[in-house]
Amino acid sequence: MSAAEEVVTEAPAVEAVPKRAMTLGYGTSLVVLAALVIIPLLVKNFIIFQMTMLLIYALAVLALNILTGGSGQFSLGQSAFYAVGAYTSAILMEHAGMNYALTLPIAGIICFGFGFLFGQPALRLSGVYLALATFALATAMPQLLKLGYFEHWTGGVQGLVVTKPDAPFGLPMSQDMWLYYFTLVVSIGIYIASVNLLRSRSGRAFMAIRDNEIAASAMGVDVALYKTLAFGVSAGITGVAGGLGAIAVQFVAPDGYTIQLAISLFLGMVVGGVGWLPGSIVGSAFIIFVPNIAEGISKGLSGAVFGVLLFLVIFLVPHGARQVAIVAQQLIAKLKKN
Amino acid sequence: MELFANQVLAGIATGAIYACMALAVVMIYQAIDHLNFAQGEMAMFSTFISWQLMQWGVPYWGAFVLTVAFSFAAGIAIERLLFKPLAKAPVLTNVAGFIALYAIINSVAGLIWDFTIKQYPTPFGSSPFLGSQLISTHQAGMIGITLLMLVLLFFFFRFTRVGLAMRAAASLPESARLVGINTSWMIALGWGMAAAIGSIAGMMIAPVVFLEPNMMLGVLIYGFAAAVLGGLSSPFGAVVGGFLVGVFENLVGTYIPGVGNELKLPIALALIVTVLVVKPAGLFGRAIVKRV
Repeated sequence: MSAAEEVVTEAPAVEAVPKRAMTLGYGTSLVVLAALVIIPLLVKNFIIFQMTMLLIYALAVLALNILTGGSGQFSLGQSAFYAVGAYTSAILMEHAGMNYALTLPIAGIICFGFGFLFGQPALRLSGVYLALATFALATAMPQLLKLGYFEHWTGGVQGLVVTKPDAPFGLPMSQDMWLYYFTLVVSIGIYIASVNLLRSRSGRAFMAIRDNEIAASAMGVDVALYKTLAFGVSAGITGVAGGLGAIAVQFVAPDGYTIQLAISLFLGMVVGGVGWLPGSIVGSAFIIFVPNIAEGISKGLSGAVFGVLLFLVIFLVPHGARQVAIVAQQLIAKLKKN
Repeated sequence: MELFANQVLAGIATGAIYACMALAVVMIYQAIDHLNFAQGEMAMFSTFISWQLMQWGVPYWGAFVLTVAFSFAAGIAIERLLFKPLAKAPVLTNVAGFIALYAIINSVAGLIWDFTIKQYPTPFGSSPFLGSQLISTHQAGMIGITLLMLVLLFFFFRFTRVGLAMRAAASLPESARLVGINTSWMIALGWGMAAAIGSIAGMMIAPVVFLEPNMMLGVLIYGFAAAVLGGLSSPFGAVVGGFLVGVFENLVGTYIPGVGNELKLPIALALIVTVLVVKPAGLFGRAIVKRV
């Protein structure tokens, strides 16, 4: 048997999700938005901080969702892009004295470039190879950040402390609450941009590549360009999330961005439903609150709980929160009829 | 010159471990076309089992044999329970499954044996090998065990019916089924053997890197690098890749200033990316040609 005779009829890496199924309807969106705006007014600062982290991780999961659900590529290395974004923001704020809000677009652009460049070799790879290369990137990142050469900038193993911004214009708000609303505005902006991106020409190109690469290229889609572009966009959004994360946590250190973070983000995407953008926030809630619950049961068990839940999701609800939402919707429709 | 020879030999010794890991990775890749990201954690868990057996007073080689047997059974059990139902699932689901397995094993090992670093004994001692200053008896033992295992595997795949059936199931599953091979069980067998090989790698490297739940992460990445360098479709290539990567790592660490242990993982990353860009099929792998 010669290699050329082998016929490869691979199943697509990711199940196809129609474009319309990727977002929520207007009514539901408004309800979610109203909840996100009102709840912080009623709760304690610590919970506001947790909600800020919820939005930040939701952004990171959304970024991965664009890459995987949109263009069908994998990444187990999102923690690396998150780390680059966090460090960019932290360094610009602490060494260059830049305004925190201005560091975010820069973090986004730098991560876009980084992701685009990393996507260059990645576009020759499919499925498992890409997972492998990004897995290696995520494991190598903490060591790169600890390097002696950059210690002057990165603070080496100790990391950097970031100052939390005050609310501007003398608004009567706590720092946490200001940061929450700031994050909310950024997240909504990015969410709308992502939805529009996936509805645009480029988004259709991503999905064509996801569903059948050869057919897409036959239709004139520049596969290499759009694959790297998806990588870059995903990395850029993750970078913004990382920058926001650094500001919210007020601290960056290499050991905060290990493979565990990449696993969490990946898990968040699977739980939220691959290719369903609103699921990002469900996935993010999952990766923030489940470890707390698991730690409450037994210290150090959070990994096992994560893993078991991930298996449960794979076996029982392979489409994650999207599937749950659809079932709920059908139930409601049934009840209305009766 | 002595330094050079010393480093090459030390590289071959660690390379032997990478070769084992790469071999385990390739065995599963051959069987199901997926990379097992939990391979390192499975090996780590096996090593902890052997450590625990020794703590209970089982002699080294007794613990060794028991552990290999346990790992073999556990590998088959994992395949039957968790991954057989996923055989037809998209790649993403499988990757998620491996990641879940990784998280579970890592966390459970930490829970049972905690994260403190433990000493692990070597059966070979650590005196100079045959009076030479170049290599210790443990390193020589590592190389010896790896080579012995390779020879055994070669004979298994070349001269036994089961070995032939496994090769057939891996290369053309449908034709293999037509001639009456139970391909599903061949995959399970592949998992069992990969787990057993991994456990040997774990027990051999544990005296060097010390025993703790995260000990295999670096080894796994190097195992991946070795498998990619040798070609994911070639067990022989994986072994050659393992030795090459081991020697490369040691030489780079010795001769390029500023590259030490703290750059261990980035070197592996660079190696993986370089190979995937320059020669994605690896040194000995078959390039897959797609027909539309």
